[in-house]
Amino acid sequence: MNCERIEKQLIAYMDGRASSTERREVEAHLADCGACRTRAEEFRLLWGVLDEAPQAETSPAFDARLRARIAAEPPRQSLWAWLVPSPRLALAVSLLLVLSVWISSVPAPGPAVAEVAQSEAEFKMIKDLPVLEDYDVLANFEALSELPPQPVDANRPM
Amino acid sequence: MLDVKAGDDASFELLLHKYRTPLVNFLNRMVRDSATAEDLAQEVFLRIYRARNKYAPNAKFTTWLYRIATNLALNALRDARHRQMEVSLGQPGESGETDLPAIELPDRQPGIEQQLMARDRVERIRRAIHALPEKQRVAVLLHKYQEMDYDEIARILECSESALKSLLFRAYETLRVELAPLVAPPKDCRSKEPAREGRRT
Repeated sequence: MNCERIEKQLIAYMDGRASSTERREVEAHLADCGACRTRAEEFRLLWGVLDEAPQAETSPAFDARLRARIAAEPPRQSLWAWLVPSPRLALAVSLLLVLSVWISSVPAPGPAVAEVAQSEAEFKMIKDLPVLEDYDVLANFEALSELPPQPVDANRPM
Repeated sequence: MLDVKAGDDASFELLLHKYRTPLVNFLNRMVRDSATAEDLAQEVFLRIYRARNKYAPNAKFTTWLYRIATNLALNALRDARHRQMEVSLGQPGESGETDLPAIELPDRQPGIEQQLMARDRVERIRRAIHALPEKQRVAVLLHKYQEMDYDEIARILECSESALKSLLFRAYETLRVELAPLVAPPKDCRSKEPAREGRRT
């Protein structure tokens, strides 16, 4: 192992987090390299110096201030609260739903009456069909000539 | 944290109690101002409280905590630097000097002198750490003072463990050079300190 390669492993070796293989490699290098040995020793002294920086104390008001800020936060909304944003809106939607179901269940009167009338007319036409179709009988029927002329119905079959 | 996510406020109190002081310390070392550090720590906890529903236990809670703290601290430092640049445009002055008040050296009182020397050492240490590039500074603080594992620091800094080890080596190497006078045995330091103290006042 050369000095450049040891750079990545030296810190982990010194803080005791290097693997056993890495540790052996670093130890072998330090045994041979005086410069890296000196550097490692100075790192150790440096860490002692860095420990001189004191710890800061948290102010006594810290917790109270944080609790007050949390209390001022808007309350957490549940899924149900998200689905039903307001009771008024929920009521209006429900009423609309009931109304639409009721309207769709009541049968409409108009189309049913027209249907019955149409089927009666069709039945009458079918009943008279053999007579109407006999054109010679109708053309030579004297009694018919005395009748006033009938308005022509465009829909009537010929 | 999962209990906090479930709406257990007592668990949030436990988290607060456990991590408040280390977090304030980390932030204080980052921004070098105790009031700002506390404000930022409050903001970190508030963000965690707000985002508790989104917490996914795929990483350690401390990784999440210190990532938020790191981002907030770096943003605060950038904002402060920006403000300082705007303010100092028309004001000549030395930036980078200590923000401690000028110290009047009293007559030879060994107790006070030692106190001042200790204070000076601490200030030098803080200044040296603060002078490191942002990423190196965060790495050193999390490694040296928070004693975090490499994989966790790497996650917070969003880099590989290998890159982190190189980063830490470079950071400690810079500090070793910068703090060389302090790294020497205390006896040697003591003989040099008064002259330096006198220059600063």
